[in-house]
Order: sequence, then structure tokens, then C-alpha cells
Amino acid sequence: MTDLLEPRAIGQALVRRDGEQKVRGTATYAYETPVEHPAFAHPVQATVARGRVTAMDTAAAEALDGVLVVLTPFDAERLASTDDAEFAVLQSPDVAFRGQLIGVVVAETSELARQAADSITVTYDEQPHDSELRSDRPDLYKPEKINPSYETDTEEGDVEAALRSAAVTVDHVYETQMLHNNPIEPHATTALWDPAADVPLTLWDSTQGVHPDRAAVSEVFGLEEEQVRVVCPYVGGGFGSKGTPHANVMLVTMAARALPGRPVKLALTRQQMFFLAGYRTPTIQRMQLGADRSGRLQAIALDVVEQTSKIKEFAEQTGVPTRMTYASPTRRTTHRLAALDVPIPSWMRAPGECPGMFGPEVALDELAEELGIDPVQLRIINEPDVDPETKQPWSSRHLVECLREGAQRFGWADRGPGRRREGDWFVGYGVASSVYPTMRQAQSTAAIRFEDGRYVTEIGAADLGTGAWTVLPQIAADALGVDVDDVEVRIGDTRYPIASVAGGSSGTNTWGSAITVAAREFRSKFGTDPQPGDEATGDVDQASSDEEHSAYAFGAQFAEVRVNADTGEIRLPRLLGVFAAGRIINPRTARSQLIGGMTMGMSMALHENSVFDTRIGQVANHDLAEYHITVNADVGSIEAHWLDEHDPYVNAMGSKGIGEIGITGTAAAVVNAVHHATGVRVRSLPVTLDKLLPGLP
Amino acid sequence: MKPFAYASPGNVAEAVRDAAAEPNSVFLAGGTNLVDHLKLGVATPDLVVDVRTLTSREITDLPDGGLRLGAASTNSEVAADRRVRERYPVLAQALLAGATGQLRNMATTGGNPLQRTRCVYFQDVTTPCNKREPGSGCSAVGGYTRYHAVLGTTAALPDPTAPETCIASHPSDMAVALAALDALVQVEGPDGARTIPFTELHRLPGDDPSKDTTLAHGELVTAIDLPALPAGTRSAYRKVRDRASYAFALVSVAAVVSGDGPENSSVRIALGGVAHKPWRATRAEEVLRGQQLTDDAVRAAMDAELAAAQPQPGEGGGNGFKIPLVARTAVATLRELTGGTR
Repeated sequence: MTDLLEPRAIGQALVRRDGEQKVRGTATYAYETPVEHPAFAHPVQATVARGRVTAMDTAAAEALDGVLVVLTPFDAERLASTDDAEFAVLQSPDVAFRGQLIGVVVAETSELARQAADSITVTYDEQPHDSELRSDRPDLYKPEKINPSYETDTEEGDVEAALRSAAVTVDHVYETQMLHNNPIEPHATTALWDPAADVPLTLWDSTQGVHPDRAAVSEVFGLEEEQVRVVCPYVGGGFGSKGTPHANVMLVTMAARALPGRPVKLALTRQQMFFLAGYRTPTIQRMQLGADRSGRLQAIALDVVEQTSKIKEFAEQTGVPTRMTYASPTRRTTHRLAALDVPIPSWMRAPGECPGMFGPEVALDELAEELGIDPVQLRIINEPDVDPETKQPWSSRHLVECLREGAQRFGWADRGPGRRREGDWFVGYGVASSVYPTMRQAQSTAAIRFEDGRYVTEIGAADLGTGAWTVLPQIAADALGVDVDDVEVRIGDTRYPIASVAGGSSGTNTWGSAITVAAREFRSKFGTDPQPGDEATGDVDQASSDEEHSAYAFGAQFAEVRVNADTGEIRLPRLLGVFAAGRIINPRTARSQLIGGMTMGMSMALHENSVFDTRIGQVANHDLAEYHITVNADVGSIEAHWLDEHDPYVNAMGSKGIGEIGITGTAAAVVNAVHHATGVRVRSLPVTLDKLLPGLP
Repeated sequence: MKPFAYASPGNVAEAVRDAAAEPNSVFLAGGTNLVDHLKLGVATPDLVVDVRTLTSREITDLPDGGLRLGAASTNSEVAADRRVRERYPVLAQALLAGATGQLRNMATTGGNPLQRTRCVYFQDVTTPCNKREPGSGCSAVGGYTRYHAVLGTTAALPDPTAPETCIASHPSDMAVALAALDALVQVEGPDGARTIPFTELHRLPGDDPSKDTTLAHGELVTAIDLPALPAGTRSAYRKVRDRASYAFALVSVAAVVSGDGPENSSVRIALGGVAHKPWRATRAEEVLRGQQLTDDAVRAAMDAELAAAQPQPGEGGGNGFKIPLVARTAVATLRELTGGTR
């Protein structure tokens, strides 16, 4: 048990501290950092999917008045570390995927840099490429671990025997599509290399973690971490794609080092985002369920096939939620990868849980139909007493309560048998569960100093629109026992104590724990009447931790879908989620996060789809006109509710992460509602009208 | 982006003269399509002639009861005009189904019908495209064809290396309505003024996919005329797309129905998203002449219209779904217009 904070500021729906600056446009993002006399970089990208650059004719580019630097694999500086192939930019003429960085131009204006980059002619020795994911590929392999360090395969009991003897089975293949993160603010950096300065390299970079960013750049360029400063007060969205730096950060750093004293700016274009900023792998999920007549699961098996790039492995942990969501005496999860000539996949909101709650949650709906059991009830029947994977008790688990509360709020009882028609529209309801682990990172430090009558709290945390600027003061205030207005929190700079990445829904848990330790240390050292300059620090690893319980946030999502009887057009009048995610620190920012996740899940269900053209090895629809993201007109209301959950084990705030749980299960709820409306079962995302037309009257 | 010269002439005649004198010139009106293409390297003109303020922005009554839309009138203004909404709802609906409020405030009557295809390969200068770079081939064949043509193409899977191959579709919603309304295009050119029936403004790829229209170089659209419609005419535009707004049509149907009974009725149907040009469904119109506009009759007429349709295979299953989809959409649109039930 941990010593929970007495919530005073915690739980208040305070407005965002950075809201006014953002609304007024005075919050400066990475690319718009005011600097003296900036220069502008534009990348050169490979236009073949595999091969080798044999020559680059840069004469025309260099001849343009105002072009300052042109770098190619043949003349770029040699990096100190090329261990990470993604970061080893311009180190070799080899091309591993279409769109890979093969050069950069720096010029006096961004237009000129782009023109010069376009004028470079590249000669290739092109090799045949292979970029098609199929589950019958003979070269699928078993990765050593899956992201970040889970077991690749698990097995408990005799799954095959249980399936054979089960009264009812479901055995289908479900597919999730390739998806690309597209934060409004693209990946962007302003970089300054000033060799004479104490800190020679400064990066104003759009990142989910200034310290992890600094660590990566320092290693690649052979610098001490003290020689690098990363600054990032504001992020225009990240969703995981800025959780680790990508090649663009190394490219702009290299460009800046070639132009000492001049700040160099680089922002990826929207089109370039589809090659260089990571993406969610498509997944092929064979899902088998076996149950007895009462609906109790006897076997669960999920065999996942997905892709990675040949030069760097990223193994999405798609099977992980299947290991713990429902009870079953037998269970198997496996992951196999195809290493392809494709861009490098990476984190995208709820890697693992997001695609991994699609196949299983649709399969459960199919099982419910087979059994004639209500889908909400079927989930309740299979509620486990302890974590099926670790056999540990739950720190708190209220999935059943979420399902019941959601069903009641949604009006699930009116659902009826299906294929209900209102005028030109078929109407259907669907449900799915949500789950996301409660994680805390190992390293983060907060410093609290008494200054001008206020408590200044410094930690290198990141606010990617999530609310850290606002929420951390609430935690600090309650930990110090002062009014929230007496707390100033400073984040987003490596000059502040080290902080972990804003990822895995772990930010508030990790940083808030460090702040709580620092606050308690401050009070024990200086009492309640401190002197100006009094300062204390706290590390997250000094916070109470719990190894005895399994900690997850849970939720239930309900969707109402309308399908046009003539055209198959799909609309979503209602999406409703109820979550149990521990204590909610700030209801205003929390609601935004949950609704944002649900919207992104809906977008995955109905719209987003990176259509990979395997003939040329690139995403065909690589801009936001053709890569559709859900718009307001697609949906009526999206509601997020939560239970008043008290978790005494997770941390001093009693809070679980909420950044990602909202996107898990949503797509399954929508697909299940589409089936209820039309009788058409779509097992491959996204659900589009062409997949429904053959089943309409 | 390639640097270009910019001209801001004082009147239409000067603009036509400037543009005609430079073979690699383009007119700039709202810029909602051209500016993107300049950035992407899809358009690489040497001269941009700004005509935004040169043509009329007015919507005026014509003596025969029709309307003249000045080429500089914006999509927002035309869609909001009470005369357009009352007499030509198909046009107002088509305009409002297109793009976003911000884009409609910029896009013009003269420019909208001249927007170019959204074919992803046309827009990507790293891939071959006969429309962008004549003779380079067609990347769309066998690729991502969801938004591509099924009518007016020679075959499913035409030869991608042939210089005439192009399976692009025309993206404008407004143009589909104008085709159904038998609008007339007023043009000023180096050889003087002329009037082009709207249905003859756009062309099929033929042997030169780089040409979208029958306009000669230097010809500028100055106005579009909407002919008067018989009293009691009803019209509607139905657009089917992958999301509810800000998306191009998978298919669309513009329908105009005049007269009361089968004997004196006439129906005009134009289809969007299915061909290199706004597709006037003349075969379906013929079949329906003198017919009661029942679901079955419209379905049979559309079947006749679509008999020559060519589904294109491709990533995600190709675009064969458009053939039943456009037929179903036409049935639904005419059912709504005639107050019928299924």
C-alpha cells in the first residue's frame, strides 16, 4: 500500500496553464523558435525501394545562389555510432526503403532548399525489393522479444485439446491496417551548432522526451550529454511518433554541424511523414476461441503476423492484452515477423494493445452470437479473479463495472436482435472492452525550490497536448500541501532534472511520483516555513513501488452505427466509453485524452488506411487529402465517463495512465455494431462501404 | 518549387495575351489546386497569370430565365445564392458537398471545373504518369485505384507502359452538376470569344491524357451560364465518399427531373468519380425516356449505362465496387426526387 495524497488540487478540472499562450499563438513550437539568421534544410529521399546510390549530381543545386550546404552519403561526416541503422543517416549509399534519407540541402530560404533538393539527380543500382506482408511467407521469423521487452510467445495448458473438446469454437483471421501518426505539428527541429559554446549543440526539437532525445543524439554524434541541450516546451501532438527521435533529427543535426553558428531549421512535409516518422505495422491475427455452452472460455489462441523493416526491428506486442484480459484454462499467443524493404515501424498510440484488442474483441462478439449470449454478459462471464498471466491479484480491476455502467448509460438493453431499419438506415449497437497496463518508468528526478514565495518544480517532462503543464502542479500542490497557484512547474528542457519519455501512458505516474518524493523530502528538510533558495530533489525510484499486484486500467466502449441501405455509407451517431483508470487528476484534460483516444480508434475503424503499393514500395495515399482521418461530420456524440476508482497500490496519486486506453477496443466496438446493423462481419480494417455493399439488400 | 514569373494584368484581354505569348503559362484564380501543384512540382510553369479579379464576380439573371455565374464568383457565393438554391439545387448541393468552407471561400466558378485529378500517382513526381509527364507510363494501373475511373477506359488493366493509358477520374463535384444542367461555358481566347457546351469542356484521355479539357492554350473561362429549366423541375446531387466531409467522391450522381408524368417527363443524369470527365449518362437517359422513374426502371437504365464499365483491379480490391455503387446511388437519388418508395 502506498501513502496516498490527500486530494485537494487533484481532481479539480483546472484549465490548461498553457492554454492562453496556445490560443493566442504565442507558444513557440520547435520550428518557429525565434533565432538569429536561420538557414533552412530540405531532405533528399531515395526513389527506389532497394539498391545503392551510385552517383548524385549536385552541381545544379550548388550553383543556386543562396544554397549553403549540400550533403550526400559520399561526403557527409562519419558518425560516432551507427549501431542504430535508423540514425545512421548518410553513412552509406545503400538504400533500404523508398523514401530513405540520402541527402540534405541547406539554403537561405525553405523554398530554395526545396528547389535545390529537387534539382539533384540521383543514379541508382536498383535491386528488386520485397515489401508485401503475407501470413504464408516462408521467411517469417520469431523475434527475440516484442516491444518493449515482453516474451514473444506464451503458452499455458493444452490449447489444441481444449479447442477440440470445446462445445463452441471461433476461428477467424482478423487484419488491422498500416497506420501513420499524423500530429498536426510535423516532426520539426531548429538546430544550432556553436563549437565555441559551453554547450555546443542546442536542439529545439518536437519530442516526447528531451532527455531520451539528448541521449540518442549524443551517442550518434559522439558527444557528452552535457554538450547537448534539447528544448521542447510545447508539442503539437506526438502519439508515440515523437517518443524516439527519427532520422530527421540526426539529419538536421548533421546539417547544423556543417554550418557552425547558423541555426538550421527542418520540418518534415506531410508527405515525408509517411516515410520517416514511424508507423503502426499492419497485423494479421488468427484468433481461436473455444467455450462451453455457458460461455466460459476453455481456450484462447492468438497467432500474430506483422512486419518490420530489414534494417531495424520493431516487434509490435499485439498479443499482449490477450494474455490477461479474460479467464481461460488454456491460452497461446505468438508473434512472427516479416522483415521487409519498408520504412521502419515504431510506436503509435497503444502499440500492442490497440491492434491487439481488435481481433480478440471481434472474435468474442462472434462467439457471443454463436452462443446466443449477450456480448456484455459474455465478457462478464469470463472475468478472471487474478491476472491470468502472472497469477497476481489485481491492484484494482473494474472492467465488469465499466461494462455495466456503460450498458446502462448507453441504453444497451434496447439493442434487439439486429438488422433494425430506420428509414434508409440500418442501425446497430456494438461493445468491446478496453485495457492498458499501468506503467512507471525507472528514471525521473524532480527538484523543488522555494523562490519568491512560490514552489518552483523543475523536471524535464513533456506536454504533448496531454496536460502535463497543468496536471503536475496539481500533484505538486497536494504533495506540498499548498495552493496550486503557489506552485510553478517548469518542464521541457534538459537543463531541468532528467525525466522519462512521455510514452506508455506513464508520464504522470512517473513524473508525479518523483515530484511527490521531492515534495516530501522538501517538507522533511525545511518544514512548512522554508527560506528562499531551499531546494530538495526526489527520484522516482525512491517512491513506494508495488511488485505484488498486476496493474491495468480498464474500460468498456459502446458504439451505435448507422449504415445507409442504398450506399453502405457508415455513420457513428454515438460512441460512449466508461473507464476505470484510478484517480483522475484533472477531469478536463482527462476527458480530452479519453475522447481523443476514442476518436483515433474510430478513425482506425472507419477511415485511416495507409495503402501500401507493394509494386513501388511506398504508401500510395501519402497526404492528408487521401489518408482520411475521421471528421466531425462522421460522428454525433463521443462521451467519456469514468468510475471513481481508488487504487492503493499504483502510486501516491492513485492514478493510472489514460493517454492510450481510449484507443483500445474502439475499432472492435464499431465493427461489432456494423455487424449488428447489417449482418455483415468485416474482419479486415478499415470498415468501408465497399465491404458492406455485397451484403446489403 | 520551381521559380516562375508572375503577371497581374489589368483586364481579360491582357491576361489572354500574356498567357498565350508564353507556352508554359497557367492562369491562377482561387489557387486551391494550383498552389498545391506548384509546391509538389506537379505544375512547373514559367509564368503564372493572376486572373482572380479580372472576370466578373457577379451572378446575374439571363433574359431567358437562366443565370450567368461570373468566373470569379466563389463556390461559397454561388452555393449561397438564393436563385441558385431555388432553381438549381443540384448545383448548390454539389458545391456544398465539395472541399471545406475555407476552400469554398477561395475556389471559383471558373477554376473549380478545371481542377485536376486526385490520382495519387499524378500528384507524386517520383512515379511515372502520362498525364503529368506524357509518355512516362501510368502507375495507377494495377495500383491504388479506389478513386479511379470505371467508364471511358479502354480495358481493365490497360497497358501501363502505353503513352495513352490513363485511368484517372475527374474530382470536381460542381462539374457533375453543371454537366447535368447542360450549362454553357463562356470563353475568351487569343482567337476571340466562344461558347462551349459544358458537356464538351472535358475530354476522355484519348491519345493524350495530359489534356483534361478542350480549351486551347490561353483560353480563359469568363462565365458559366445555367440555362432556364421548365417550371416544376426538381434536381439533386448525391455524393458518396469514404468520410462524411472533406473527401472526394467515390461516386456521385447529379439528377434533374422535369415534367410530371412519364409522357412529358425528362430526366438528366450525370455521374462523378467514375470517369476522366463528368459523365453524362446519356444511355440511361434514353432508356428512361417516357418511363415511370421506378427503382426497377432506373436500375435497368443504369445497367445499360454501365454495360461498358471496366472495373480496375488494384490494392485493397480495386474499384469494381463503384459499378453497383453508382447504380444504387442513382436509384436512391431519383427515388428521393420523385418522392417514390423502394
